[in-house]
Amino acid sequence: MTMLKEGRPTAPQAVTEADAAPATATGNRALMLEEALIFEIGSTDTTGVDFAQAPKVESRLGSLARTEAIGLPGLSEQETVRHYTRLSRQNYAIDLGLFPLGSCTMKHNPRLNEKVARMPGFADLHPLSPQSTVQGALAVIHELAEWLIKLTGMHSVAMSPKAGAHGELCGLLAIRAALEARGDARSVVLVPESAHGTNPATAAFCGYKVEDIPATPDGRVDLEALKARLGPDVAAVMITNPNTCGLFECDMKTISDAVHAAGAFVYCDGANFNAIVGRVRPGDLGVDAMHINLHKTFSTPHGGGGPGSGPVVLSQALAPFAPLPFVERRGDQFVLVEEETAEDHHAQTFGRMVAFHGQMGMFTRALAYILSHGADGLRQVAGDAVLNANYVLRSLDDVLDAPFGKSGPCMHEALFSDKGLAEGFTTLDIAKGLIDEGFHPMTMYFPLVVHGAMLVEPTETESKAALDQFIMALRSLAERAKAGEVALKGAPYYAPRRRLDETLAARKPVLTWTEPQVAQAAE
Amino acid sequence: MRYLPLTDADRQDMLSVIGVSSVDDLFVDVPAEARLSGKIAGLPDHASELAVERHMAALARKNLSAGEAPFFLGAGAYRHHVPASVDHLIQRGEFLTAYTPYQPEIAQGTLQVLFEFQTQVARLLGCDVANASMYDGSTACWEAIGMARRITKRGKALLSSGLHPHYVSVARTMAKFTGDALVHEAPRLDAATDIDALIAGIDKDTSCVVIQYPDILGRIADLTPLADAAHEAGALLVAVVTEPVALGACRAPGHMGADIVVGEGQSIGVGLQFGGPYLGLFACKQKYVRQMPGRLCGETVDAAGKRGFVLTLSTREQHIRREKATSNICTNSGLCALAFSIHMTLLGEKGLRELASLNHALAVQAADRLAQVPGVKLLNDSFFNEFTLVLSKDAREVVRNLADKGVLAGVSLGRLFPDAPEIGQGLVVAVTETVTVEDVEALAAALEEELA
Repeated sequence: MTMLKEGRPTAPQAVTEADAAPATATGNRALMLEEALIFEIGSTDTTGVDFAQAPKVESRLGSLARTEAIGLPGLSEQETVRHYTRLSRQNYAIDLGLFPLGSCTMKHNPRLNEKVARMPGFADLHPLSPQSTVQGALAVIHELAEWLIKLTGMHSVAMSPKAGAHGELCGLLAIRAALEARGDARSVVLVPESAHGTNPATAAFCGYKVEDIPATPDGRVDLEALKARLGPDVAAVMITNPNTCGLFECDMKTISDAVHAAGAFVYCDGANFNAIVGRVRPGDLGVDAMHINLHKTFSTPHGGGGPGSGPVVLSQALAPFAPLPFVERRGDQFVLVEEETAEDHHAQTFGRMVAFHGQMGMFTRALAYILSHGADGLRQVAGDAVLNANYVLRSLDDVLDAPFGKSGPCMHEALFSDKGLAEGFTTLDIAKGLIDEGFHPMTMYFPLVVHGAMLVEPTETESKAALDQFIMALRSLAERAKAGEVALKGAPYYAPRRRLDETLAARKPVLTWTEPQVAQAAE
Repeated sequence: MRYLPLTDADRQDMLSVIGVSSVDDLFVDVPAEARLSGKIAGLPDHASELAVERHMAALARKNLSAGEAPFFLGAGAYRHHVPASVDHLIQRGEFLTAYTPYQPEIAQGTLQVLFEFQTQVARLLGCDVANASMYDGSTACWEAIGMARRITKRGKALLSSGLHPHYVSVARTMAKFTGDALVHEAPRLDAATDIDALIAGIDKDTSCVVIQYPDILGRIADLTPLADAAHEAGALLVAVVTEPVALGACRAPGHMGADIVVGEGQSIGVGLQFGGPYLGLFACKQKYVRQMPGRLCGETVDAAGKRGFVLTLSTREQHIRREKATSNICTNSGLCALAFSIHMTLLGEKGLRELASLNHALAVQAADRLAQVPGVKLLNDSFFNEFTLVLSKDAREVVRNLADKGVLAGVSLGRLFPDAPEIGQGLVVAVTETVTVEDVEALAAALEEELA
């Protein structure tokens, strides 16, 4: 027998047909793993959890025992870990790279916040535990509330709304309650054309007729048109500031004064608070109510679509109408004011918006974030967020149309349009091209006042190196789209999926999994 | 500042690209009188990770957590053991730090989870379809009432007296502004539910009847006669489930004729968290899907013909429909839905049934033991893992006194229904798999001493 001394190849060998990446038998591509549904790989007899034997007792379920199959597949623990780990790898995330989604403030989520939220003293606490046993939790809510009040220069804050849109609802309900309390029925809410879709949806939900306010050519609310429309039927004006074109509404105080003079209230959509935190207080601009997305400005994780948290700061005029529950300090004790503990001075509350007390798990995270930054750090947050956005704007306004580039510096978002792209090329092509370049696309086709809008919000937690790489990628895509490079229409090529057929999904909705034989029989 | 990566040199370079001399120059559009010249006074400066952790830990220590005491609270939030792998998996950055899956090519992980979640929820609740989650059970309940109004074009909802009072309060708040009429009264200390009274109350103006199952006192009853009566009058039956583990042992509301089934999903995978974030479950019959609020994930194919998932039917949603949307909801409860789905996958039907059996058996044992304490009467004939004890004195005081002795005894009806003093002696007690025999003995002993 002879020893083979050749060994294994240690350098790649020449491949004659370099382009011919062969299909695999599994459909997997090395680390890019396909994953079936739990209904295809699990079984109803499998479980990944062990339980103690239940004691023998006489059932008290009466005739209601569930005897038929439910159809819930189980996986062993190892298979479960693998299923969700594989699925996770088909997601883009802040942890992987820059996530320039305008109006969404996708900033770094510090892990200290996760650790704090999981302390048993917070995470393993029942919402209806006797108040004497939850003083530390109430202290957290109170401490966060104090920060939010001071950062916004407002009178008080309602902590319970579950998300931004829920906060909008809270603000408008407080406005409606305040108007009703003075016997002043009003029917109209004015909303700028550039507003988030939640604004008109919320106003309509509260029973108001929604009317648009036009924008000026420089991307701001048309002050004269607004003034002309104000009257005894207008309940409120909903304004986003900084607005969704990425600009500060410089007439905000004038607008507020005019609105107040007409007996109406100013609701500010606080989605873009990250641009001004520590530098401008909405209370100084005459705002009556503003929600704060803790999952934006204060970095609680977005989690693939929630949970959010949307506390609402209120002016003195609206504070008496705030929803239950809230936390009050009485001496060295914290009191949760709810139905049982409400006193005479809470008589004007508009009621309860949600079971229990709001998003405690988000409060602990947001407070940890705020304490980490402090007053000095939060001011720096806004400064760096605005600096990063202007850097993106000025680094690309030679290749992409910046419709409001001449309206002054942008705030924390840079807005571009599809003007100048080759015939047949769209914002969508650039967005999908960014995916292949390893970035999440920017917000596209919003705000509605700009054709083919691309709204880029880099946030303050991106380094200059990361920004430079993003700018380079977006510049290249803009050039390709202007040159009409056909291949761009097919992007993305390298994502777990190519472009998906959303029309098919809506026309024949398949919203749950059905066993193949059942699905076939139904056709 | 550890979370802010720009150096001063970076800032200078960037300012020169922009063509201004300082960051303050970027804020010129803010009227000078509104621009703060320095940091806000009266607030502390930035702090180290160690310092922040210390501060928060000190506050956490001031609470008596459920794991530190014999613990029997429920009433809409339940303590179950959550397997370690659930929390590990939801902390993967690709799930935790992802956005709503509006770019489906790079969000198939979240989307497939939502599709699986919708199927799990629909099957658990006994419905055709479920959405991708709502904020919580109470807001889901209100959205169901609104959906019933849109479907029936009627504006009167009958709310069972056994519906969680916070859910009733939320509906009342919203109804003030939408003009819906709500019919509701506080529960009575009765072993039977109010199904007969609800049936008698249905009329031609009724949009829906809303009933909780098991209800706030832990009672369960067959919903079929109520569903039949509602349907006969052209109304819908909305069932509310605040303890979904019950459906591993008890018939599903959808199978008893409920048209819309909503719930609080917190008890599977999410944890107590002092009340939030929680997980709204929302399911209904196929024919009502286009009136359903919230996000929906659907199956489709990509340009290469591979199966994939996308958010769909968004023509119901606010970002498309604006003031004509079915709801103003934007964010849902994605990460909690993920936790629910992972926990449910670990359990599977086998594990869920075992978990439910164990809960029921331990609750039966505990109810029988506590009913032996002098001054304690068991109200319920039927229950799953939660029941109501009628004490010989006001239960609020008992709960407070027992808490001082380190026993978290349950939820008093006085706290839940402060306006109904006639039921103030009721104590709602939940018993899950986390409760030991020793815990039950500790509660029995403490009650005996308190009621002597």
